[in-house]
Amino acid sequence: MEFYSAVLDNGLQIVAERSPSAHSVAVGFFVRTGARDETAAVSGVSHFLEHMVFKGTERFTAEDVNRIFDEVGAKYNASTSEEVTLFYAAVLPEYLPRTFDLLAEILRPSLRTDDFDMEKKVILEEIGMYEDQPTFTAYEKLMQTHFAGHPLGQCILGTVESITDLSADQMRSYFNQRYQAGNITLAVAGNFDWSEILALAEEHCAAWPAGSPPRVVEEAQPQGGIEVITNSSSLQQHVMQMTPAPPSSHPDRFAAELLGVVVGDDGGSRMYWDLVDPGYAEMAEMSYNDYDGSGVYLTYCGCAPDETAENLERIQKIFADVNERGISEEELLQAKNKVSSRIVLRSERPMGRLGSLGSNWLYRGEYRSVEDDLKIVETMTTGDISRLLETYPLGQTTTAAVGPLESLNGVG
Amino acid sequence: MPAQQIKTFELPNGLTLVVERMPEVRSAAFSLLIPAGNVYDPPGQEGCAAVLSDLITRGAGERDSKQLAFDLDNLGLQRNETVSSSHIGLGGATVADRLPEVLRIYADIVLRPVLPENQFDAARAGVEQALRSIEDEPRQKAMLELRRRCYPHPWGLPSDGSMEGLAQLTAQTVHEHYQQCFRPDASILGIAGNVDFDEIHHLVKECFNGWACRPEPVYETGECGPQTDHLEHDSTQTHIGVAYESVPYCDEWYYHAWAAANILGGGMSSRLFSEVREKRGLCYSVYASLSALRDQGRVLCYAGSTNDRAQETLDVLLSELQRLGEGISDEELDRCKAGAKSSLIMQQESSSSRASALARDWYYLGRVTTLDEVHQKVDRLTVPGILEYVEKHPAENFTVLTLGPHPLEVNHGVL
Repeated sequence: MEFYSAVLDNGLQIVAERSPSAHSVAVGFFVRTGARDETAAVSGVSHFLEHMVFKGTERFTAEDVNRIFDEVGAKYNASTSEEVTLFYAAVLPEYLPRTFDLLAEILRPSLRTDDFDMEKKVILEEIGMYEDQPTFTAYEKLMQTHFAGHPLGQCILGTVESITDLSADQMRSYFNQRYQAGNITLAVAGNFDWSEILALAEEHCAAWPAGSPPRVVEEAQPQGGIEVITNSSSLQQHVMQMTPAPPSSHPDRFAAELLGVVVGDDGGSRMYWDLVDPGYAEMAEMSYNDYDGSGVYLTYCGCAPDETAENLERIQKIFADVNERGISEEELLQAKNKVSSRIVLRSERPMGRLGSLGSNWLYRGEYRSVEDDLKIVETMTTGDISRLLETYPLGQTTTAAVGPLESLNGVG
Repeated sequence: MPAQQIKTFELPNGLTLVVERMPEVRSAAFSLLIPAGNVYDPPGQEGCAAVLSDLITRGAGERDSKQLAFDLDNLGLQRNETVSSSHIGLGGATVADRLPEVLRIYADIVLRPVLPENQFDAARAGVEQALRSIEDEPRQKAMLELRRRCYPHPWGLPSDGSMEGLAQLTAQTVHEHYQQCFRPDASILGIAGNVDFDEIHHLVKECFNGWACRPEPVYETGECGPQTDHLEHDSTQTHIGVAYESVPYCDEWYYHAWAAANILGGGMSSRLFSEVREKRGLCYSVYASLSALRDQGRVLCYAGSTNDRAQETLDVLLSELQRLGEGISDEELDRCKAGAKSSLIMQQESSSSRASALARDWYYLGRVTTLDEVHQKVDRLTVPGILEYVEKHPAENFTVLTLGPHPLEVNHGVL
């Protein structure tokens, strides 16, 4: 695989990883903007804007956009997180020029008021859909509580009120600030010709206004807390917990990733053997999530309400034991084998490479090949894990629960 | 289409092995379909296959549950165990040179499972929890209940069974399910990746030759229905499921049926997406897809709308389904073909997708279809052909299931 990078005069960053044996090519625009970059008055605007991007431009109507993506047989979509809005498509190489033209074109959307009013209804439906999912409700509450007072606590979808009140003008002004070329990374993976990518980017993106808007990045100092949302129509108790972990630029992030696998992978982990295997919980997992300037260990446990207190105690015991004794050589080796195999399997599709290519560049300005990732996993030691645990021990700092229970007992 | 190298072998005990060599990937994947799905659950003990699929990996051969998981993890195996109406599926993917060791362990799992009785309660508790979790996911629940009503019993039953069935289930029954249903002559092993045909054939023979044949077990069949039903649920949205008859995978009209469903509700330029979501803003999620079992097929549609808009959504949805026969444009069909072509080619980038496609094809058709063959069939579709299919199998006689605070009116003109 070969790596290429370039920067257009307006500041648009381009990174590309070529794999000539791939059958497809994946293209993504990573815009460094999300819920954390919003003011309270426009809560939910990043995600709503992601939808509006598909509503067309001067050249294309909304119908055209959907039609053309399907005409080229694209596997395409978009997503909005707390800090990145991503637009991507995977296509056969012969359709790259047409797909690139469309994807770049829609990143300068018209934001017509009629479309805005119609799409508002869809966003309100999406909020309704997620309201019916207790795990989503728990996650949102947890983020709000854990990151209270910090931009990461701002919710992605917004609320029925904030979306209802949002105006097309407010969205236009947010767009003008956040979608400047210097705030966008174009990533390409798979079967392509680099000179063609450069030419396409020049042709379709060079006219985008320059600029790179600021973002406030401070490591969060979570105060913790317990939030319980009683939902009598729910049968299971859904509990999520968070505690601080290394931020995305921290060298210990690989150790944190491996620790997550040892402690909370969906199979064969400490939490699996202590909670899921015996049938005490339907799911019990912990993973490491990193953000710009902050990080968390995120724990999820879904179980029968009357098992909740005991399960949280079991989790607390695991965490205390790991904090005190670290992990064994055997556990580390097993985690390395799992993670290495995942890296290889994921890398076989251009779509699988696109995410890590784009986010490594966006978060750290670095390129990491599959071999680089395999090597760093290979060199991790139990000493690295112990050092990580000294700075960022496992814990249950913040808890959010959704289910039949009115309160939680046994939260550590 | 990229050229494929595929070979099929039959072992003396009847096990079918289908192998695809993919020299461009580093991985190898397998998919083993065993005819032990939940249609074989004894009546009154529904959930049996689901518990068996959990117990089956809790120790095999010389290994106990922990050792087994530990060894498979160390081989980097990304594994899955699934239950469908027809099969228990065991599958996984890892780096290609580790596949032989993985298959040796799976021979133990299939031929020599421990099925520890002292872990029966834990396995059953896990399935009970999964059933309760589905109750908390109304979208999933609605589609599960739709399947139950639109397919004849027991083909539409949920793979996790029922709370009542699980309560009656015994370790003995699970053991019998294993004894009766785990048989090589109707099992299919699909393998795809960077492998050598002869080595794999040799290895599979060595590992699975001792698997003894057994007679085909029987199961009782019954009716579909009820045709319209409402489940009360305190939710923000009303979740709507609609089903009607189509054709199975082996039918000569299958690709026409697939195209018709795709034009209706496949992509973001489909009829449903455009009429229900884009023009009216009634939904976030709306789709139609073809669900094909071996001998029967259905079109399954979903839409979810906040409660006071749900009636309009159901009305628009049903009228769009019925309007399809009035005409299809060439452009709609072209988009369908383009989507199929890129999906088929992209399948070649994943050993897991290929392994499961090989096994699935063999089950449905008793042979392998190459990507090229599928591509040609899709490419030959014409608008008049699809309209002829729609005329033979019109959208009518709907099964409608709603889940939400209030029932909806189903326009009886369409039933």
